[in-house]
Amino acid sequence: MSTALEIAAAVRAGTTTARKVVEEHLAVASAREGELHACNLLMTDDALAAADAVDEAVARGDDPGPLAGVPIALKDNMCTRGVPTTCSSKILEGWTPPYNATVVDRLRAAGAIVIAKTNLDEFAMGSSTENSAFGPTRNPHDPSRVPGGSSGGSAAAVAAGYAPLALGSDTGGSIRQPAALCGVVGMKPTYGAVSRYGLIAFASSLDQIGPFATTVADAAALLEVIGGHDPLDTTSIAGPAPAVTAELGRGVEGLRVGVVQELSGEGIDPDVAARVGEASDALTAAGAKVEDASVPACTFGLSAYYLIAPAEASSNLARFDGVRYGLRVDGEDITEMYNRTRTAGFGAEVKRRIMLGTYALSAGYYDAYYGKALKVRTLIARDFAAAYEQFDVLISPTAPTTAFAFGAKTENPLSMYLSDVCTIPSNLAGHPAISGPFGTGDDGLPVGVQVLAPALGEPVMFRVAAAIEAAAPRSAS
Amino acid sequence: MSKLDGWELVVGLEVHCELRTATKLFCGCPNMFGDVPNTNVCPVCLGLPGSLPVINRQAVELAMRIGAALNCSIEPSTFHRKNYFYPDMPKDYQVSQYDEPINVGGYLELPDGFRVGIERAHMEEDTGKTVHLGGQGRIHGSSHSLVDYNRSGVPLVEIVSAPDMRTSEQARAYVAELRAILVAIGASDGRMEEGSLRADANVSVRRPGEPLGTRCEIKNVNSLRSLGRAIEYEAARQVDLIDAGEKVQQQTRHWDDANGRTITGRTKEEAEDYRYFLEPDLVPLAPDAGWVERVRSALPALPAARRQRVASAAGAEPASQAVVTVVDLELDDLVCAAVAAGADGRTALARASNEVAANADAGRRLDAGAFADLVKLEAGGALTATQAKTVLGELLEAGGGDPATIAAARGFEAMDVSALDATIDEIIAANSDEWARYCEGDSKMQGFFVGLVMKATQGKADGKAVNAALRERGGR
Amino acid sequence: MAVAQLTREEVAHVARLARLELSEDELDTFTGQLADVLDHAADVEALEIDDVPPTAHPLPLVNVLREDVVMPSLDRVEVLAAAPHVEDGRFVVPRILGEAP
Ligand SMILES: [Mg+2]
Ligand SMILES: [Zn+2]
Repeated sequence: MSTALEIAAAVRAGTTTARKVVEEHLAVASAREGELHACNLLMTDDALAAADAVDEAVARGDDPGPLAGVPIALKDNMCTRGVPTTCSSKILEGWTPPYNATVVDRLRAAGAIVIAKTNLDEFAMGSSTENSAFGPTRNPHDPSRVPGGSSGGSAAAVAAGYAPLALGSDTGGSIRQPAALCGVVGMKPTYGAVSRYGLIAFASSLDQIGPFATTVADAAALLEVIGGHDPLDTTSIAGPAPAVTAELGRGVEGLRVGVVQELSGEGIDPDVAARVGEASDALTAAGAKVEDASVPACTFGLSAYYLIAPAEASSNLARFDGVRYGLRVDGEDITEMYNRTRTAGFGAEVKRRIMLGTYALSAGYYDAYYGKALKVRTLIARDFAAAYEQFDVLISPTAPTTAFAFGAKTENPLSMYLSDVCTIPSNLAGHPAISGPFGTGDDGLPVGVQVLAPALGEPVMFRVAAAIEAAAPRSAS
Repeated sequence: MSKLDGWELVVGLEVHCELRTATKLFCGCPNMFGDVPNTNVCPVCLGLPGSLPVINRQAVELAMRIGAALNCSIEPSTFHRKNYFYPDMPKDYQVSQYDEPINVGGYLELPDGFRVGIERAHMEEDTGKTVHLGGQGRIHGSSHSLVDYNRSGVPLVEIVSAPDMRTSEQARAYVAELRAILVAIGASDGRMEEGSLRADANVSVRRPGEPLGTRCEIKNVNSLRSLGRAIEYEAARQVDLIDAGEKVQQQTRHWDDANGRTITGRTKEEAEDYRYFLEPDLVPLAPDAGWVERVRSALPALPAARRQRVASAAGAEPASQAVVTVVDLELDDLVCAAVAAGADGRTALARASNEVAANADAGRRLDAGAFADLVKLEAGGALTATQAKTVLGELLEAGGGDPATIAAARGFEAMDVSALDATIDEIIAANSDEWARYCEGDSKMQGFFVGLVMKATQGKADGKAVNAALRERGGR
Repeated sequence: MAVAQLTREEVAHVARLARLELSEDELDTFTGQLADVLDHAADVEALEIDDVPPTAHPLPLVNVLREDVVMPSLDRVEVLAAAPHVEDGRFVVPRILGEAP
């Protein structure tokens, strides 16, 4: 399979057509979808029509955009006008948004072809895609294993070759962890670098949309298309998207790389830790200065995250009340209608988080839980700031384990939450982080190495990610 | 119901003011009253999944103007989410300023000089509108309700007074003055009947000098008249309760205008828990000193200052009804212009606050020079008051004109002074008994003689001149 | 300042606030699971960090404003078509039990 950049170059040069590219990818998707269930919707007709429009633009001599004819899969929590958007929840089943998310408009303007809406843990709450109301997604490397989550469908779609690119959303690791478990590149931008307008909110102060790709260069190209200021998102950073493509070939000579000790020891599988060690050796060999780094407050990240994210979610998900759109189960009075609708419409994990967040914000507990968690956020930001005085980037495992078996963590929610321990600190700090594949674990499944950078540190982060990619063992699958 | 004898009434008011912006607080939908339901809606104000709010600059500007006009400190501020389920609120939370409001700590001065403290004036979004069916339009007994989100997200400033008012008249005067200020600064259209200005009253009673009593919040008051009635009813209800040995329960009550009483709201099974937290989709407001200064210095003259100005021009009391009226109706410029052109202030104020006020729309269009000329003719004795009113009527109808020409065309001529003297002498001679009583100081006789003179002259005599002539002859 | 163990009644209260109905079994399960998460959060809850300011948001932006210019609203037919129940151009809801707070 070709990379996104190869496809775009060929379509722009007229050596292939967008239609042909899209048909090939849809064929792959059709062949594997029955087994993997990566998608809630394959947009065959829309995709072919969009491909034809790109081909016509090329024929007319118009600029078809930097991602001309490149198929892309969208996590099904991004609004697409006239196309169902479900968040893999029964409460939104059948809803078609009357508007596009900003990223969708930007993809179309860049010539990319949206071919699918991908499966996710309901409302992006989960780390395995087992919480989808429409059934789980399977890991293309081993269908008895989860793809990770919550953007498991997007990760699996890219890993299985449905599309060279996908978008996910990352609130506590929901792009990076499934990227690691599926053996692809996944990146969470600096908070505010990509517009959230049209992304159905999980936790507003943590959510970011970001790219999945098979290569670091493709991820960079996609970030440059979707990033940059959006007047519809107050929390969007002024200025253009981070320019990262130009950084990829610069190497890591002289860069200072820290290995986060708090994210490397206890709770990390030894085979995963070993791959991270090899990646840091590779960076040393490429001329970087690699040392141990400490970000002590990271150890409180998980606890703080599982207070802050549910608190925001409990409020963000209040609007699903059966009045204006989506599911409604009627009742004698409005409270009964609310209760029945929400009880029938939300799955167990969503209910759990709504209740956890409602509790954390409620009278008498706010200070002890939510208020404390916000202070921990300050501590994490301070500790990162101190670390970045000594280091240009930090590295760690992306996830503590390789892909795990279905059902392994569903009985004990806390054990599932621990899957996010390495990715959460970047969300709390609002920093960028990227996961790239680096070899496999003892089970032969992909391992991801995470590169972390300070806010707006995407350029240096991509340099390091490209160097790790260059040194990575060619994976078996 | 009891009288409030021996009790002190304590009132604080929360006034919600819809801001006069072109668009809503967080989206570009029109801020328009009375449109077809659910036409002025978009993903943001419908609370559609994925939508995000962006603050309207003009709403901030108007909120700051309100703060400046109410002598508040304008502060850096933040927005919170107030979480509760209700169908008129599409996100099931209201975005409102909470512990860091934009305006804090001001006051409002009533026409009589009494100052009501302003605790805060904060920004928030309005809700949609609900119609209840099958229960005489009320929630109670209704079968279902219909929701229109056109009003959802309209910018509001909630102005919270200190519990400084002690009578229902003060409360009414406060709302009237606040309304006048909000209209004067362009923040509100002031239409209480359309709900663009809505007052809730916190009412309690106590024995003078004792700590504050338990208060009830009275909602649904949509005119000045109902406000006064609701407060008085509620205070009497509370006194009755206490006299009967019962306790006032802190609760929200609704004013039932048709039946002239307050009725209890739902008694809540569980205390409200709004779970306020900082709205993560917005960033703080921190207007710099330059912006604050621009807002303060661009404030137009406020009603209090305008009352001072017109009162001193006309030689009247700032709290007098005539002064309050001309400022309320924006006729004060007309009076001041007449005085500046050399006309008599008292006469100008009298005409403006009566005849012009009765036709205020025309009055605000009236040519100030023509009004000044008219006042000069009347004050100089060339026209009687009655004649002046007739000429003024024509001026108002035409928007201007030359009062002297109009007077001449109507045959209004001031009486010759010697002719007036002769008429007065004749009348005195024909009523010698009454004249004797006048000379002894019987005050009723002044009117008697003025009336006879006016009758004899068919109203052409100048009242002032007649009075002066009578006093002179009677040695008074 | 340790917060007492989460009770079944508190979970029931929170479910009511969140407009969720739980069966007796679910109530038991959720109480246990939420207590586990809160136990894990005891590390945060136990921190002595009174002097640390909270960070509610990762961005240091202020005054992000738009101009007061009318933008197109949505098509009314499309808006109402998404609703589960419409009457007279408005969204229908069942009987409301109390006034807005
Ligand atoms: Mg309010
Ligand atoms: Zn709108």
